[in-house]
Amino acid sequence: MNQMTALEKDVETQKTKIAAKNVNVYYGESHAIKDVNVEIEDNTVTAFIGPSGCGKSTFLRCLNRMNDTIDICRVTGDIEIDGEDIYDSRVDPVQLRAKVGMVFQKPNPFPKSIYDNVAYGPRIHGLAANKAELDEIVEKSLRRGAIWDEVKDRLDAPGTGLSGGQQQRLCIARAVATEPEVLLMDEPCSALDPIATAQIEELIDELRDSYSVVIVTHSMQQAARVSQKTAFFHLGNLVEFGATGQIFTNPEDPRTESYITGRIG
Amino acid sequence: MTDTRQNPANNKGGSLLQHSARTRKRNAAERRFRAYGIAAISVGLLMLCVLVTTIVGRGTGAFQQTFVTLEVELLESKLDKSGTRDIDAIKKVTTFGYAPIIRAAVEAKVAELGIDSPLKAKEMAGILSKDAAATLREFVIANPDQIGETVEFRFLASSRVDGYMKGRVSRDSIANDKSISPEQLDLVDALVSAGVVEKTFNLAFITGADASDARPEAAGMGVSMLGSLFMMLVVLALALPIGVAASIYLEEFAPKNWLTDIIEVNISNLAAVPSIVFGILGLAVFINYMHLPMSAPLVGGLVLTLMTLPTVIISTRAALKAVPPSIRDAALGVGASRMQAVFHHVLPLAAPGILTGTIIGLAQALGETAPLLLIGMVGFIASNAPETIADGLLSPNSAMPAQIYEWAKRADPAFYERAWGGIIILLIFLVTMNTVAVILRRRFERRW
Repeated sequence: MNQMTALEKDVETQKTKIAAKNVNVYYGESHAIKDVNVEIEDNTVTAFIGPSGCGKSTFLRCLNRMNDTIDICRVTGDIEIDGEDIYDSRVDPVQLRAKVGMVFQKPNPFPKSIYDNVAYGPRIHGLAANKAELDEIVEKSLRRGAIWDEVKDRLDAPGTGLSGGQQQRLCIARAVATEPEVLLMDEPCSALDPIATAQIEELIDELRDSYSVVIVTHSMQQAARVSQKTAFFHLGNLVEFGATGQIFTNPEDPRTESYITGRIG
Repeated sequence: MTDTRQNPANNKGGSLLQHSARTRKRNAAERRFRAYGIAAISVGLLMLCVLVTTIVGRGTGAFQQTFVTLEVELLESKLDKSGTRDIDAIKKVTTFGYAPIIRAAVEAKVAELGIDSPLKAKEMAGILSKDAAATLREFVIANPDQIGETVEFRFLASSRVDGYMKGRVSRDSIANDKSISPEQLDLVDALVSAGVVEKTFNLAFITGADASDARPEAAGMGVSMLGSLFMMLVVLALALPIGVAASIYLEEFAPKNWLTDIIEVNISNLAAVPSIVFGILGLAVFINYMHLPMSAPLVGGLVLTLMTLPTVIISTRAALKAVPPSIRDAALGVGASRMQAVFHHVLPLAAPGILTGTIIGLAQALGETAPLLLIGMVGFIASNAPETIADGLLSPNSAMPAQIYEWAKRADPAFYERAWGGIIILLIFLVTMNTVAVILRRRFERRW
């Protein structure tokens, strides 16, 4: 593990984008997230690490209310984005998800053309007035997803025909096409090979300029490489949250230390 | 090493070239199981072969019919005594009035060919179907200007003559038959060699209406096919939208609680309810309570809709379930609403499965007989094709399987042959529908 690179990361403080206060999540009877408090900053990559089943993905999915689709899931506490409670009854989850984009663990392009994959979000949100504008959005998004050069000659080809890494970058392009402010990534590289992973990581670092990025990862190296802030979850608790360099070199909690040194997890 | 050798299970230390007792036993069991499987498939195939050969063997006869070609002089003195060609006057002449003309035509033909027959003219005309007079009368009413001319007609032969031509009736079997005599068969033989009596393809069996007990040779499937068609229209128009809407709601939107659990269990149970139960329900609700017309394809369609709905719902839900959840996540993740996710992404992907299920449901409904018996969609329907869609839906009709049942229970073996022929037509429809379902599934199946 290269902890030195993590140490050198820029950790200047940005303004808070997402603030979670006393968040509890229940799946039926089981208590999946216990009293989590966390402040996620703008223009920062925040990594959630922790052993499987610790609740990091669950918490991530609370941030754009994807958990709403699960009937038995119940969320208490406050999650505020720019000071607005996203679980307020007046909030429409659809509008929220346009603001908080998401990239999933398994690349999941629609079984449609590459163009339609990216254009779908802007179309349903009415972001483009005409075809030319839509073309522009698609190109810009694919460039942001660092995949434009590879697909510009075959935008009509099905998105499902790309390689795994390309599919995932397509999904990132699709997520940024709706102009979100926050980008949630749920283990975006777990299905990819090291080269595709490196490309995605590079991309994540670039995305930091425009978005607040939250990434869930199993790989501690990845967390160390791409993030400025790291949160360690264990058994539904947020054990430790701080600057990535701090977490990886000088953790305060013995559980964090055990995990990053490989004794638990 | 020596004590492991005593353990036959792992054959430790033994040669790989020699099978241990346990391996031999296991291999034998596998071979046996394979043999059972092959035997089961062979039995199935054999049954299928027996079924198909029986149906084809017995049913193909219905597609051929014996016709007698005669030149008939349409005598003005018999058909239009006034000579005014007044259509109402012509219509007053019943089929009995045409009988002498036909008799004369047969007699003339026999004389022309120089056939020596001891039969009287009336008996000679007995080789023709009772339908011949009706055919002639229809022609005259349609073409009154032809009265006085000599016109060539192809009349249906009687069912006995037809059976003789097809080998169903022999000189032995007619010993006690009052409908036909050996002399008439002699005449038929002579006419066959003269080319007047011949067996050809019978389009009327596919397009025509049912006929009365005395005229099996004139009976056809056409009208009952229309009845089935109208019923299928009703089923498609109701079962597809209701079934798909119900499935989408249950699968994508409904909360999972005891109420939806009960609904789910009941839908599965409905699929297993005997169809006759739906029939008696239809009789009680649609006919006795709602006073919809008896024997109408509309009622039949409603009953079959009830029966098909569970099939459509179950297959649609299976098709929706087969769409990976990651597609829904992807759509929701870019800010689509639940409905947009379903209609833009899930439904198109599930469409082949939904269509397949619907077609199979329709095929099931097409072959269903029991509920139709209860709502009276069986019986003698000799009417011709309906003129409008409303007429087709509301006027009494039969359905293909009901028509087959009807023919099968009539006494004349000629009807029995037509029942088999009807089964061939029904099976062609069913096989076609299922093939379309398979093609649709193959063609639009998505892989991801």
